[in-house]
Amino acid sequence: MLTWLILVPVLGAAVVALLPRHQEQAIKAVTLVASVATGVLSLALLGAFDSGDSGFQMVSEREWVGALGISWKLGVDGISLFLIVLTGIIFPIAIFGPTVHHDFKGYAAWMLMLEAGCLGVFCALDLFMFFVFWEIVLVPMYFLIGGWGYDKRVYAALKFFLYTMLGSALMLVGILTLVFLHEQATGILTFDLIALAESQAIAEGTARWLFLAFAASFAIKVPIFPVHTWLPDAHTEAPTGGSVILAAVLLKLGTYGFLRFGLYLFPQAAVDLAPWFLTLGVIGILYGAIVAAMQKDLKRLVAYSSVAHLGFIVIGTFGLSTQGLQGGVLQMVNHGLSTGALFLLVGMIYERRHTRLIAELGGIQKVAPLFAAVFTVVMLSSIGLPGLNGFVGEFLVLIGTFVTRRWWAVAATAGVILAAIYLLWAYKRVFHGVPEGANAAFREMTWRERAVMAPLVLLIVGLGVYPGPVLERIAPAVDNLIAHVEEHSDYQQPAVAAGRGR
Amino acid sequence: MPLGTPPVEWSQLSPELVLIGGALALLLAGTFFRHRHFGAGYAVFTGATAVAALVATAALWAQVTGEGPGDGPRLAVADAVVVDGFGLFITVAICSAVVLAVLLAEGYLGRERLDRPDFYVLMLLSAAGGVLMAKANDLILVFLGLEILSISLYVMAGYQRERPRSLEASIKYFVLGAFSSAFFLYGVALTYGATGSTNLAVVAEFLRGQTVTTGVFLGGMAFLLVGLGFKVAAVPFHMWTPDVYQGAPTPVTGFMAAAAKAAGFAALLRIFFSTFGDNRLDWQPIVWALAVLSLIVGSVLAVVQTDVKRMLAYSSISHAGYVLVGLQAANARGISGALFYLLAYTFMVLGSFGVATIVGRKGDDRHSLDDYRGLAKARPGLAFAFTIFLLAQAGVPLTSGFLAKFTVIAAAVEANSYALAIIAMVAAVIAAFFYLRIIVTMYMVEEYTGDEVEAEAAPRLAIPGGAAVALGLALAFTLIVGVLPGPVLDFARDATIFRL
Repeated sequence: MLTWLILVPVLGAAVVALLPRHQEQAIKAVTLVASVATGVLSLALLGAFDSGDSGFQMVSEREWVGALGISWKLGVDGISLFLIVLTGIIFPIAIFGPTVHHDFKGYAAWMLMLEAGCLGVFCALDLFMFFVFWEIVLVPMYFLIGGWGYDKRVYAALKFFLYTMLGSALMLVGILTLVFLHEQATGILTFDLIALAESQAIAEGTARWLFLAFAASFAIKVPIFPVHTWLPDAHTEAPTGGSVILAAVLLKLGTYGFLRFGLYLFPQAAVDLAPWFLTLGVIGILYGAIVAAMQKDLKRLVAYSSVAHLGFIVIGTFGLSTQGLQGGVLQMVNHGLSTGALFLLVGMIYERRHTRLIAELGGIQKVAPLFAAVFTVVMLSSIGLPGLNGFVGEFLVLIGTFVTRRWWAVAATAGVILAAIYLLWAYKRVFHGVPEGANAAFREMTWRERAVMAPLVLLIVGLGVYPGPVLERIAPAVDNLIAHVEEHSDYQQPAVAAGRGR
Repeated sequence: MPLGTPPVEWSQLSPELVLIGGALALLLAGTFFRHRHFGAGYAVFTGATAVAALVATAALWAQVTGEGPGDGPRLAVADAVVVDGFGLFITVAICSAVVLAVLLAEGYLGRERLDRPDFYVLMLLSAAGGVLMAKANDLILVFLGLEILSISLYVMAGYQRERPRSLEASIKYFVLGAFSSAFFLYGVALTYGATGSTNLAVVAEFLRGQTVTTGVFLGGMAFLLVGLGFKVAAVPFHMWTPDVYQGAPTPVTGFMAAAAKAAGFAALLRIFFSTFGDNRLDWQPIVWALAVLSLIVGSVLAVVQTDVKRMLAYSSISHAGYVLVGLQAANARGISGALFYLLAYTFMVLGSFGVATIVGRKGDDRHSLDDYRGLAKARPGLAFAFTIFLLAQAGVPLTSGFLAKFTVIAAAVEANSYALAIIAMVAAVIAAFFYLRIIVTMYMVEEYTGDEVEAEAAPRLAIPGGAAVALGLALAFTLIVGVLPGPVLDFARDATIFRL
């Protein structure tokens, strides 16, 4: 089933690539079928998922390169489950939501390739496979930014590619070192994640270096301050669909990597280095928020807000508490939904006004009340207003971290207020006031746009009001991970943070 | 001591004999039927010869790796030739290069109105020389193979007599090549002086169990390294590469990059890893330095080039660095990684230069980056193929290039050369920059519209049928091996060097 999840978009991309360019209707139909089928498969996965099982489920394994101990091994647990579902849902929206101005064929083919790559990363349980998917994701994204982006697209695409590739370069050396040291210690040459993580055959000092090699790659992808500088350019110059995917899925690859590979493979190193990453996370939250407040370009503002939001996920991860990790995983999904939706809305503004400068916008609320209402809901979710999804995630992260790492949580909480400042301030400038000139002719949402936004808004509200079913599926996997960390390091989670103090 | 004629086991030399026989037959046919035109007949014959050599190699491979009585690697012709998996693997790479290069050259020669049979004769002869180098078990025979390979290549580089660039490339390659051959020969002499033999097995036997640190021996080793380092274009012996690669007819450049590198590395790996294996502490640091220099100089200087052929020349220097990473590791994984790299590179580089051949247009001089503008619009298939070759050279997963880099870096990590592994990966990132630059030019920059009239008048790029087949083959290999590398990895792993 997981194999099909990856193969369906690949096949879709192949069919699209083979269709002649002028058969636009057929291309659209194939793309729609492939992306929706993948979405349905991901939902079916959700249905088939056993919430009581804390390990990997639906594992499928086949030998790939036997000589090197590489296998095609896929599996899913509570941590990856919702990221897969998010990917499945957001891709059809990102492909068909925004208007693509030229060459839909290429756009659709790259998008489907990208989807396959992302799903591959989330499902892979073999380090070689993981690396392959991790790298392959770069290529479609590079072409999407470079081919369909805005003015400085070539520069942004190149920066994105080189930054990420530099990180992966270190990770590959890390992976190989881990595998060969493991072989020397145990005599088994394997790239299997579970085998490598459970045996913990690496000396502590070496493990720390290896953790850093992996972390370099993940930190660039997240991105964690100070290696975040590719993000504003890539986000701003990417086409709307590309920005949505970047924000909703690609950034999650980094945070997911920390959880799945960083903590799981190198628990002691992660515990030892946690203060550093917590500090960088907090800096990211505050710095991202302050810089976002200063932006003149609405899309850049949203981009910097991502830096801040991802900071919460980072502290949730390195806070190493059950609640914090749950919140972190949930927040990955939340950020995908709300920031993805924000990028869609900013894209709609650009379609109408051909500018993203806040100063040139104003009074849109008067002429497009529904648009403003949707924007408000999405924005409030991003701020973390109770009743919407963002609150649940951030709150869990903050209380979890407060118990284990008090002062970092305190500092991070300031970020919540800053988020309210930059977003509300931007909202005021764009939507309030009297519309003048071109702003007076701002078109209300079309039916197509409503259809695109509806599922996102529903999920935003739904997850905010009743996050129980989601958290309940995340919890066993998170508990399992914490137990693994506790077993293989000197770390003990305070009882309160585990939720056992109730 | 009376010198008798050694027994010659002809069957063990079948690939070389097929290649040389084909070359002689072509030469005769070209002389006798001077005024007849065979169309693509000569090319077909050359390709068939290379395929026949491949078949002969497969037969030998079955003997060498077989389990039956009498099977296994063996020596031949008074121990001067060794028939082992390693040599046969390189033979496969060289013969594949011939097949692809012939397909590319046919359209090229037609376009440039150049004589057919002589060109193919030279190509087959140089391939035979390369194969001899790969199977040589005697330094004299290595030298012989090296000269057969090189002299044919010198002529091929200058094959386009009317183009000064081509002649310049030929002269430059010849002068520097002759110089490096002299180095190699001097190395042979010193090694003979130090060990008492030119036979690699005897040399290895002499070195086993004792540490030879005499200046004569170390000097011999150094000179051999210089001579072969020149052939594989490792820094600092790379000075000729950009000019020769740029000036030579493009299909020749592709063939040179693939075959000369494979043959040069075959000799390098056999002499250093196998024969001088016990003295690895003497040469490993030097190879380490050569690898680092090649990786960095190759990729950094490629970044500033605006001529695609020159860029690919520098990139071939950095590829040599990766193969050296495999040699430096000096373990079984390193050797099989280097072999895998060479085979994968053969297809990538011939594919790349194949595209350059087509884009070069008549006169073979349209190789600046600007000539690739908007190629994706004009010739989407060609642009796609080039993209895959470039991504493979950059080492992006699901291409053979990724597995190639992966295997040599895995070998370096296994040998605890972490610094080298990291430098190699960083060099890959730098290299990615200029590969992407070409891709950007093809896809994201509009076609040059400075002179509308000229653009209107320019005919559409012609893709000859043979070139299309060659590109298809190279593309298929690059992608299929990228996704399912198992068989080729096993092939490289089984291609061991025979040691007595």
